[in-house]
Amino acid sequence: MSKELQKIAQQLSPLERSIVPHLEKPLPEIKKETGLDQTSISRALQFLQNKGLLEIKKTTEKTIQLGTNGLYYKKNHLPERRLTTALETKNHQPIQEAKKATKLSDNEFKAALGVLQKKALLQLKNGKLSLQASKEELSKKTLEEQFIDTLPLPEKDLAPEQTLAYETLKKRKEMVETKETAQTSFTLTDSGKELLANPKLLTETKDLIEDITTDVIKTWNRNKQLRAYDIHAPVPKLHASKRHFVNQAIEYGKRIWLDLGFEEMTGPKVDSSFWVFDALFTAQDHPVRDLQDTFFIKDVQAELPKKETTTKVKQAHETGIAGSKGWQYSWSPEEAKRPALRPHTTNLSARTLAKLKPEDLPKKFFTINKDFRNETVDWSHGFEFYQTEGIVVHPDITLRDLLGYLKLYYKKMGFENIRFTPAYFPYTEPSVEIHVYHPEKKTWLEFGGAGMFRPEVTAPLFGKPIPVLAWGQGFDRTIMDAHQIKDLREMYSNNLNQLRSKKIWLT
Amino acid sequence: MANVTFPRKAFEKEVKLTPQVIERIPFFSTPLESLTPDEIELEIFPDRPDLLSMQGYLRGLKAFLGKETGLKEYKTKSSGEKLKVDKSLPKEWPYAYACIVKNLKFDDDRIKEIIDLQEKLGATLLRRRKKGGLGLYPLEKITFPITFKGLDPNKINFRPLEGPKELTGRQILSRHPTGRAYGHLVEDWPKFPIFVDAKGVIMSMPPIINSHEVGKIDETTTSVFLEVTGTDPLTLQKALSIMVTTLADLGGTIETIECTQQTGEKQNIPDLTPQKNKLSLENTNKLLGLDLKEKDLAPLLAKMGHDYKNGSVKSPAWRTDILHEVDLIEDVAIAYGYDTFVPQIPDISTVGQEDPQEVFHTRLANLLTGLNLTELNTFHLIKLEEADRMGTKDTIETEESKTDYKLLRSDLLTPALRILQENKNADYPQNLFEIGTVFEKAGGVGRRSEQGAMRRNSKQAHEAPFGGGDTSSETGVKETEILQITLTPSNFTEAKQHLDTLFQALDLHYDLEETEHEHLVPGRTGLIKVDNTEIGHIGEAHPRILKAWGLKFPVASITLNLDELFKLIKG
Repeated sequence: MSKELQKIAQQLSPLERSIVPHLEKPLPEIKKETGLDQTSISRALQFLQNKGLLEIKKTTEKTIQLGTNGLYYKKNHLPERRLTTALETKNHQPIQEAKKATKLSDNEFKAALGVLQKKALLQLKNGKLSLQASKEELSKKTLEEQFIDTLPLPEKDLAPEQTLAYETLKKRKEMVETKETAQTSFTLTDSGKELLANPKLLTETKDLIEDITTDVIKTWNRNKQLRAYDIHAPVPKLHASKRHFVNQAIEYGKRIWLDLGFEEMTGPKVDSSFWVFDALFTAQDHPVRDLQDTFFIKDVQAELPKKETTTKVKQAHETGIAGSKGWQYSWSPEEAKRPALRPHTTNLSARTLAKLKPEDLPKKFFTINKDFRNETVDWSHGFEFYQTEGIVVHPDITLRDLLGYLKLYYKKMGFENIRFTPAYFPYTEPSVEIHVYHPEKKTWLEFGGAGMFRPEVTAPLFGKPIPVLAWGQGFDRTIMDAHQIKDLREMYSNNLNQLRSKKIWLT
Repeated sequence: MANVTFPRKAFEKEVKLTPQVIERIPFFSTPLESLTPDEIELEIFPDRPDLLSMQGYLRGLKAFLGKETGLKEYKTKSSGEKLKVDKSLPKEWPYAYACIVKNLKFDDDRIKEIIDLQEKLGATLLRRRKKGGLGLYPLEKITFPITFKGLDPNKINFRPLEGPKELTGRQILSRHPTGRAYGHLVEDWPKFPIFVDAKGVIMSMPPIINSHEVGKIDETTTSVFLEVTGTDPLTLQKALSIMVTTLADLGGTIETIECTQQTGEKQNIPDLTPQKNKLSLENTNKLLGLDLKEKDLAPLLAKMGHDYKNGSVKSPAWRTDILHEVDLIEDVAIAYGYDTFVPQIPDISTVGQEDPQEVFHTRLANLLTGLNLTELNTFHLIKLEEADRMGTKDTIETEESKTDYKLLRSDLLTPALRILQENKNADYPQNLFEIGTVFEKAGGVGRRSEQGAMRRNSKQAHEAPFGGGDTSSETGVKETEILQITLTPSNFTEAKQHLDTLFQALDLHYDLEETEHEHLVPGRTGLIKVDNTEIGHIGEAHPRILKAWGLKFPVASITLNLDELFKLIKG
């Protein structure tokens, strides 16, 4: 006897143990003898298969049974039978009269006519219906009727004339239907047979301890033996509650900036055009200020900030400030009062810069938060998205420092291969685009924008021109990459199955 | 954002697209969108409309690649002809500039290119023609002097370009495709602007359409009259300069026209005198973090089409983007090569500081996941029918949303119920929470909403020096951070267990007061108070609402105002 088999015997659970002695019998008998329900038997068989004692075979069998209409007609006779019966009472009836006599619906009557004409049992002449067969012939049950009486039947067992009836009835609405039933059987493997041939194995291992109860612990001695488990057996699912995976990523992103000495900015998601656009030197006729691109808010008006700031921003736009020529147009305070769902978190940077005093410097700020754009939704676009925004304010800060922070940030997000190219934003100069190399697509993807705030931005807000590094990086793309999400819509679907099964952010 | 497509064959007659050149193109500030055997597609940023034509683009790229560097100058001579801008013009459209280009050779492709440039300039620099419009005319069809004036639209009569017959100015707006596209710009003006030549022939009705008879260029055209009209003299002259230099690059010779504005001011147009600006080496090095020498500036700026000498830069008249020294410094950076810069982390010491309320939110979220609640992160916008289902009134609506999501959420129960509705196939119980922002109009009369109930207590949200604080008086919208706990299948008892655990962990005592809430079952709803401050609601969701969402199981809900709670905790 193999050691292997002994080990298996030790691992047998009480459930498995209860059916093993009956394994030479067919399934229904096992059920009867053990008194177990179907689910328990299926599970026991599955476990025994896992242990290599038997092999389960699953086959499906198609059974033909009556459909909704079939059941009805079995009780109330088929339409064609009702018509022949009516005509037997009174042959050569006008068609409408016959219909009335049968009490059939239009469709049923049509079907009855069709069937009988096809079988050449009926003739329609001058609007009158006449039977073409003998009484004897008519009184016999048709193939279809016989077939209906014998249902349900396994599809594979049909006799030729039954097949014919089946084919005819299949064409009629909901007369018959097929149902697939799964049949389970099993055969014992060699190990299984060996186990059954050695009942001693079962009795020897019968008294192994199952659960470690308080009593077992109290009375423990060296003679006691615990049952071994099949550690490979599957177990029921357990759901761990988690932070939303996007918020986990935000936590990580925040830590990057906090570690680098950045302070967090918070502030309004609905803000005046003043903070969203005007303070950022975006001319009032710039296309981004169209309803097409930005969500403006209906029936709400914002107020402008203190006069000092407003006047300087107006000057920056109209005639220029700090050596700039400005945009050379007439700036409208009304336009600046239109509130919008911020299209970028840069309103927070502008507000922060306006609160800063020279003696506060140097300062670094960040936020990771939602932005909104009036977009239709597809795999790469949405109307809400996250951005990580940052500014560094210091009299001696340079473009090389901007590139340094961005490179470090992307490295920490897992992107080593990035490049910087020139770009354009109304509020930065020089401006930078950040591209990340996509090894699968073998191409550079744009991940974000950055730059140094223009003097037209810093002079009105801070009181004098000051170098400010500024960036707004799309955050969703980095999360999609980390979770191998191909469609942006999945990020915000809040599909509970997905939320429950998502891996956690591990860095 | 404008994308341009140039024919590759013609492009490569000037600049071969070797792998090295292709690699450099994005570093010239023009992302390469696509490259096929026939075409090259590029993105042109709005600050460089002079790159919208293939001629303009190649002029810039060649210099960047080190061929034909420096300021490109174009010769002009006087044509002796005149344009007069008349006082009868509508006040909305006061300016006009014009010039002549001769010795042109047009074919189908060239005409298409020119019309394409005209359209692109109209769409970008001229802001979908809101700021101005450009027009071209075969010179031989018109007689000088030309007048630009205003006329009653019903008295304007001419056959618009590609139109079947003569129409009045008003009719053009409704019957001609271009009229329909741009009619909204002029429809309210008492008079429409027109160009009229010396014989009284109407040449065009800017910024809508040219005359078919005298305003259509074809392969036989060799000389053109070129005009631009609109609202802003500076932008108009830039647009005209871009068009005229593109034509000159095609072999044309430029002749000026004396243009007299309404004020009587006379100018010979085009005025291609280079722009002069100062540039300091010190400022350049300071902004870029480089150690350039004086001798480096001239060759770098020459690669971007400028001339540099002794702190002074001469730039092309058609460059629209030079408002400040920093714009020239960026050109130095582009010429230097963005990929040549060595990134560095500066030696600046500052102290990191997370927003205190955000820290509190994180602590709460961690506690709640410990209670086996799953965190949601839902949209701030909700659908109209969702607000209807909840009976939410006084919603804040966005303008012209492109999706069904049109309203700002005023609670977090609405999105939570949406998630329950969408996840009926997921295992139960579904115990959820979300921390997020909800919105209501500032100073609006309170329905009893999450925030409304608390409004009378709200002072500054919190005092973090660079946190938002309460900006509602400025933005017109009150934003509140709230916590929503949504449990299903569940009941009041279970919700209260959660509330107890939560407040025990916060080391706070709360009181419940019987109350009513539009989303909750009367008699099973509590107002949550701490030291007499109302901070939220607890209760069972009303079956009417569950039915409206098609939900099958009872839902229990807790809503807490975190702005208030945080204030209490901070003491």
